[in-house]
Amino acid sequence: MILMKDVYKTYPNGVTALSGINVDIKQGEFVYIVGPSGAGKSTFIKLMYREEKPSSGTILINDMNLEELKNRQIPLLRRQIGVVFQDFKLLPRLTVYENIAYALEVIEEPPSNIRQRVMDVLEEVGLKNKARSTPNELSGGEQQRISIARAIVNRPKIVIADEPTGNLDPETSWEIMKTFEDINAKGTTLIMATHSKEIVNTMKKRVIAIESGNIARDEDQGEYGYEI
Amino acid sequence: MKFRTLMRHIRVGCKNIIRNGWMTIASIGAVTTTLILVAVFLALVLNLNEIAKNIENDVEIKTLVELGTSDEEVIALGKQLEAIEGVDSVTFSSNDEELQSLIKSMGDEGTTWELFEQDNPLNHAFIVRAKVPQDTERIAEEIQSLDNINRVVFGKDVVEQLFKFNNYARVIGIVLIVALVFTAIFLISNTIKITIIARSAEIGIMKLVGATNGFIRWPFFIEGLLLGVLGSVIPIAIVLGGYYYLDSAVIDTISFSFVELLPFNPFAWQLSLLILAIGAIIGVWGSVMSIRKFLRV
Repeated sequence: MILMKDVYKTYPNGVTALSGINVDIKQGEFVYIVGPSGAGKSTFIKLMYREEKPSSGTILINDMNLEELKNRQIPLLRRQIGVVFQDFKLLPRLTVYENIAYALEVIEEPPSNIRQRVMDVLEEVGLKNKARSTPNELSGGEQQRISIARAIVNRPKIVIADEPTGNLDPETSWEIMKTFEDINAKGTTLIMATHSKEIVNTMKKRVIAIESGNIARDEDQGEYGYEI
Repeated sequence: MKFRTLMRHIRVGCKNIIRNGWMTIASIGAVTTTLILVAVFLALVLNLNEIAKNIENDVEIKTLVELGTSDEEVIALGKQLEAIEGVDSVTFSSNDEELQSLIKSMGDEGTTWELFEQDNPLNHAFIVRAKVPQDTERIAEEIQSLDNINRVVFGKDVVEQLFKFNNYARVIGIVLIVALVFTAIFLISNTIKITIIARSAEIGIMKLVGATNGFIRWPFFIEGLLLGVLGSVIPIAIVLGGYYYLDSAVIDTISFSFVELLPFNPFAWQLSLLILAIGAIIGVWGSVMSIRKFLRV
């Protein structure tokens, strides 16, 4: 569950990214975040895993109040959220297996569980045969699926994706979306910022549109609503 | 932290050492170079210190008793000397003993002095040692003021200069060693910083995946420790080998009676342990200092 109440965010350079955001996302929902570039989508996403701190307002993530979150508790928050980035953010010098295992090592899982879980998620994203490769040996689509595998390996209740298909060709994008739909079908909340009109209009879900720091639309089964 | 997590950090730290290749070799090289310098200086300063201490401890005040002083007065004088503050020991040496040691020190020519055995012109003497060598001069002055004293002899100028020299040598040695250690830390933290800057993006990713600062820091800590320990291997070999050679070969041929090196066992081992410890500390400090900046997010 994600709840934002009267959230404002002004950056130190004076730019106001968000002004008065109110959002309530239930467990198991699939939500697109759309809007023009620079409207505040990324800030909205970053607030959820505490890469940015709101200037004012309340944010609740899985009953954790981010206002009261101390710096040393940030890792605890991030372990409950799987994050997928446009540029994958894989550790370049680790193998695929080690990249995914890292998310389990930080929560001190026993090694036998780690092995089992990593092989399970690799199977889930269809890349079991790439376990020993390093990220630069993989295609963009494969790298993104590895980063998705890393995001879901510790079974988070929430997966956040910031333009996950931004660097991928249309065909690969659909494979990624299929994977996200599977993850969501198992009860994981999925929040995805995107610029893809095609995806939003084809795979119909709840759409939250952010324009100049405000929520302009919030519709179930919504449309993309922009020309590009 | 669980034990298996500690094992994981050690494993990852070792892996990083191998994965960093040339940077590892550069860091170890920096540690090795500085530790060799530190080791040589330490060996030098500690030995100088030891030699200085030996000479200082040999400083004694020879008190010559006035001729014609009665035995009772001589005994009383001995008591007075012992009562002076800071005096460690007072040894009586009768005029006969004085003559014997004089004859002995003359070697072959000493026999000519044997004539004096019939009519000994020498004074009785007290050999006085100070507890602290630096008190020698003050004690000598106090003795001078006592009755029945003929002369008080101690190498005043020599002793004072020796003390001065020793103090300078000590201070300079310590300053040099401290400066070297700091240079080493600076060098190593810079070298490690280069490897960490290359990995700063990775550290960011680790934090996004939910790693605590401690979890990220541990492998770097292990890596620094290993760099320091590996970097101290060659200096330790040089210390052990070089000192063994110096101790056995060189000293036998030179054999100054007053130059006595600290014995190989335990000194060389203690020095090796110290070098290992300094290596480990600069390795750890260097890596922990340089990662600190990247952990602030």
